Amino acid sequence: MKHGATTLTEAFLGLTIGTVLGFIIAVVMDHYPLAYKSVYPLMVVTQTVPTVAIAPLLVLWLGYGLLPKVVLIVLTTFFPIAIGLLDGFRSVDPDAINLLKAMGANKLQCFTHIKLPSSLSHFFAGLKISVSYSVVGAVISEWLGGFYGLGVYMTRVRKSYSFDKMFAVIFFISFISLLLMSGVTLLRNAVMPWDRKKN
Amino acid sequence: MEKLVAKNITVSYEGANIIENISIELNKGEIVCLLGVSGVGKTTLFNVISGLLNPDEGRVELDGRDITGKAGNVSYMLQKDLLLPYKTIIDNVSLPLVIRGEKKSKAREITANYFKEFGLEGTEKKYPYQLSGGMRQRAALLRTYLFSDQVALLDEPFSALDSITKDAMHEWYMQVMDQIKLSTLLITHDIDEAIILSDRIYIMAGKPGKIKEEIIIKEPKPRDKNFKVSENFMKYKRHILSIL
Repeated sequence: MKHGATTLTEAFLGLTIGTVLGFIIAVVMDHYPLAYKSVYPLMVVTQTVPTVAIAPLLVLWLGYGLLPKVVLIVLTTFFPIAIGLLDGFRSVDPDAINLLKAMGANKLQCFTHIKLPSSLSHFFAGLKISVSYSVVGAVISEWLGGFYGLGVYMTRVRKSYSFDKMFAVIFFISFISLLLMSGVTLLRNAVMPWDRKKN
Repeated sequence: MEKLVAKNITVSYEGANIIENISIELNKGEIVCLLGVSGVGKTTLFNVISGLLNPDEGRVELDGRDITGKAGNVSYMLQKDLLLPYKTIIDNVSLPLVIRGEKKSKAREITANYFKEFGLEGTEKKYPYQLSGGMRQRAALLRTYLFSDQVALLDEPFSALDSITKDAMHEWYMQVMDQIKLSTLLITHDIDEAIILSDRIYIMAGKPGKIKEEIIIKEPKPRDKNFKVSENFMKYKRHILSIL
């Protein structure tokens, strides 16, 4: 099914870029208080703009290809990850940082030994949200223009009044989202063995 | 021989002195207790000695070398055990070596040799939440020792334990100390603990915190179980209570 593959490619690309971007933004904002103060409000504003409203603009600017879809997905997925990580970085026990400092650790060591690992659960919570956003974002952006993808397929079957097919696509999309989300859970358990054993 | 000296340490916060003109010294192989009520500035003094905090006045010397405001010279064990939940015990304990630039595998190798001595064998691959309070404290202590075998600062290391576990830990601790001869400064607000463990006790009191008195415990080491109920012990305790 070519439509499904297209949607998944877009979701995957967008999610990857969004995750990397969210991660970088979180690290920079955590490191420089000025960046936090100046970027944070802007970030919130990007999330108040309705996706459906900017999707056609993106098509207008970037064409009918892969690019506008990926950009839209990046815009929706980086946010939960950046916020989750940032929360994680900020909730780190200051005594743990003090302990490492007393050992003579530098900033990078504090980051890799304390901040990053203790923010992992926040990161995965954000990733779970972003994964479902990425699929939904891909479909929405396809609805508003494109050649392939589940969103394009949906508009076609809608126009031909084959609502049975439409429901099939809806269930299919939900199924993919669920599958991806359980994939995140599996990944989380693999990366955080200490957490799995506790439960 | 003086190992660690803190001279005329004064620390102020927002204009008011927290600790004032504190001078203490720690000889090689000694266990010295800082005893005082909560909030008297014991932890502040430790932060200065460990180099986390710069004092307003005074200096800290290790083996005659000025280490004021320089972290990484003396090891510091904070009130909580602070074992990182996402690292196995061996990785937790070997952390100071890794921070110092040792390779992870080498650090594990060095660390593994100490597990038996500290009564931790079999816990290497476990995570902290799988250990009892006493075992966690042992692990934290081993980590402190690996960080520096020169001087250790212990901030209420046994305060989170129940009294039976605490007694067992005291006994274990004195045994280990007898072997490794680590010079130790220990904070406590438990008078019994101070008398049992230490060679000398500094009593801190007042606002701002000052050293009120220095008490020398002239008892042979290792001390046996009966010391706790002996007349001598009571004498020390009465004396300390009269000061506080």
